[in-house]
Amino acid sequence: MEEREVVVIGAGPAGLSAALEAARAGAHVLLVDENSKPGGQLFKQIHKFFGSHEHRAGVRGIDIGTQLLEEAERLDIEVWLDAEACGIFNTTDVWIVRNKEKSVTVRAKRIILATGAVENSVNFPGWSLPGVMGAGAAQTMINLHRVLPGQKILMVGSGNVGIIVSYQLLQAGADVKAVVEAAPRLGGYGVHTAKVRRAGVPFYTSHTVLEARGTDHVESATIVQLDDKWKPIPGTEKELDVDTICIAAGLTPLVELAFAAGCEPLYSPLLGGMVPWHDRSMATSIPTIYLAGDISGVEEASTAMEEGRMAGLSAAYSLGYVDRETYAVGFDAAEKRMLALRSGMFGQKRRDAKAAIVGHSRG
Amino acid sequence: MAEDKDFFICRCEEVTLREIEQVIDEGYDTLDDVKRITRAGMGLCQGRSCSKVIARIISQKTGKPIEEVLQVSYRFPVRTEKMKALEQGGGSDATDN
Repeated sequence: MEEREVVVIGAGPAGLSAALEAARAGAHVLLVDENSKPGGQLFKQIHKFFGSHEHRAGVRGIDIGTQLLEEAERLDIEVWLDAEACGIFNTTDVWIVRNKEKSVTVRAKRIILATGAVENSVNFPGWSLPGVMGAGAAQTMINLHRVLPGQKILMVGSGNVGIIVSYQLLQAGADVKAVVEAAPRLGGYGVHTAKVRRAGVPFYTSHTVLEARGTDHVESATIVQLDDKWKPIPGTEKELDVDTICIAAGLTPLVELAFAAGCEPLYSPLLGGMVPWHDRSMATSIPTIYLAGDISGVEEASTAMEEGRMAGLSAAYSLGYVDRETYAVGFDAAEKRMLALRSGMFGQKRRDAKAAIVGHSRG
Repeated sequence: MAEDKDFFICRCEEVTLREIEQVIDEGYDTLDDVKRITRAGMGLCQGRSCSKVIARIISQKTGKPIEEVLQVSYRFPVRTEKMKALEQGGGSDATDN
């Protein structure tokens, strides 16, 4: 059996930051990711990030990804790509399948789960037609593969993902025919929403998609107004001439590994559903297993990076790589930056939801 | 508006909303029940797309709080793998076809 001090699962912003922090402290880190390239969703974030200077605000996600990878290389962090973590046994043994053909078990002193989240689906007649896809999938197509998913887009969901992807689809040359939002209010940051609005895209609040029609791909979509009980109001249907429907209806933490390993679950509707309980240091109910990023509650890339630092530093401290004082200074600084990200109209709710998880007594 | 319920909720195993509602009405009102009776969530994606949707349907139809219905038990392997990949250290000398 292979042995490593810290195994980080998932090489997105959270996992990369966790690996860097643990490695800087001196731990031997193995970073695994199921994809062929590291970086998670960072390399399709072509927009500038929010926050303050220390959160790398104003820097594009794609450039942050490159910086993190360069640093990982400098620190000589071992990275396994095309490596799927399939299980965790006895709280320490990570079963990894490499290149879809070879099983390897790695015994880790500490495991940091940074598996991210998956897009929620919305089901309606016609949703399985080609042309209906997650907004994240559309973003991957335009920003990574440089392929337009279609010409005439309906965006379902006005949160940050829906709005940012709408804007990037416009930039890529598509026509965004409408953004529908089931809630009575728009959900995304004002700056991005205003850009899409200024481009002339119609927004429909209290509306949802009722049906997609087409023979072998989407040829039109019907939207409908919702009453205050979220029920469609007959007679308010509108048919839109679209060939693509993007679903931006939130994300769900990818918790399979954590729960199959035995980590205690906790329900947090604001953060995406069932999440593994964790303490302030990002340790789960299993002391050898830590969390970072969307698996611990869906937020954003900048918070994922801070959480990664907190988890990486905590894991290194628990292995004796940093003394108590160094840990306290480093951790408090990361936590302070985190609290700044979790402030304001949107952040405060996430801050409260996170505090509820940490404050929840186990068992 | 006539309600169309003959669209898939579980795309991998091609299980429709009508089928899922039907088994819930018959009393199969947990995710595991629905999965075992209809195979919804047993396909390639292992319920990553539909399990939350089915939980919501169960919650709405039965009045059970959603947090009591959502999936919290999972089994290894959490990814679909070929049998040849399951053997420890195996596969290195295995050949395709």
